[in-house]
Amino acid sequence: MDDRFLLGGVEFGSRLILGTGGASSLQALEQALLAGGAELVTVALRRVDPNTPAGLLDVLERCGVRLLPNTAGCYTAADAVRTAHLARDAFDTDWIKLEVIGDERTLLPDAVELLRAAERLVDDGFTVLPYTTDDPVLARRLADLGCAAVMPAGAPIGSGLGISNPHHIELIREAVRCPVILDAGIGTASDAARAMELGCDAVLLASAVTRAADPVAMATAMRHAVVAGRLAAQAGRIPVRRHALASTPAEGLAAW
Amino acid sequence: MITVVVNDAPRPTRRGETIADLLAVLDVPSRGVAVAVNGEVVRRADWPAHRLLDGDRVEVLTAAQGG
Repeated sequence: MDDRFLLGGVEFGSRLILGTGGASSLQALEQALLAGGAELVTVALRRVDPNTPAGLLDVLERCGVRLLPNTAGCYTAADAVRTAHLARDAFDTDWIKLEVIGDERTLLPDAVELLRAAERLVDDGFTVLPYTTDDPVLARRLADLGCAAVMPAGAPIGSGLGISNPHHIELIREAVRCPVILDAGIGTASDAARAMELGCDAVLLASAVTRAADPVAMATAMRHAVVAGRLAAQAGRIPVRRHALASTPAEGLAAW
Repeated sequence: MITVVVNDAPRPTRRGETIADLLAVLDVPSRGVAVAVNGEVVRRADWPAHRLLDGDRVEVLTAAQGG
């Protein structure tokens, strides 16, 4: 069965995209990335700080992953566009995980600023992967602008709440032709499997792994969950019934 | 001497110093660095020629865990 995951014209073997935020050390991060088997990994852009341990890019290079810079922390389209251009210069990639946050408490996207930034960055030649709400209409608008994927939140970043509105994730899958990547909210492996069962093409998560008590074990669980969910989504599940349907035939039952 | 502001910290600087000169004396990683001056991105190729002016606000950014 041909089940290639094509994103921005690049083929990936893994449908698990990992974030690097929240890891306790670079060593812990490297072990988790390897265990998860991700081939695309997010990275942020922050002020140079002599107290921050160097070597993040070395770790990512050793893991053989492709970089996905983000615009985390940006609250306006202008800030996000500027950050994307800085990231392109720093990391030699025109791929950008576009985040334009609207609210400090929920860290949910600002739809208006997000659309503005996405339009500008698509025009500027970026491969734009927008972190968006679970609104199917907004997702379609982003896809129509030429975004390479849409990345709806299952729940607020770092909340571990899972997928608050599975129905909307399914509607997004129906509304756009580009890849749908469930981004944010994942708490444990069953959430990732569920995202794939709902028809998502991939899952992006960070905290669920990096802040787990055992990040390597959770990264391994996520790797399997994404594969399991994808297979289940394509396997044609049985319909849900209100009452039992015996799997053992009634014929041939012994009579006493 | 002039004063430029690097990541919010005022820094006395020789007149005529370029972005490349500034980065050479700062403790910055060898790769994965981006620079903006007064809110405008200055591409890496332009660092050797871009001279800093008195009062310039310089942002020097690099890779960090996130996302």
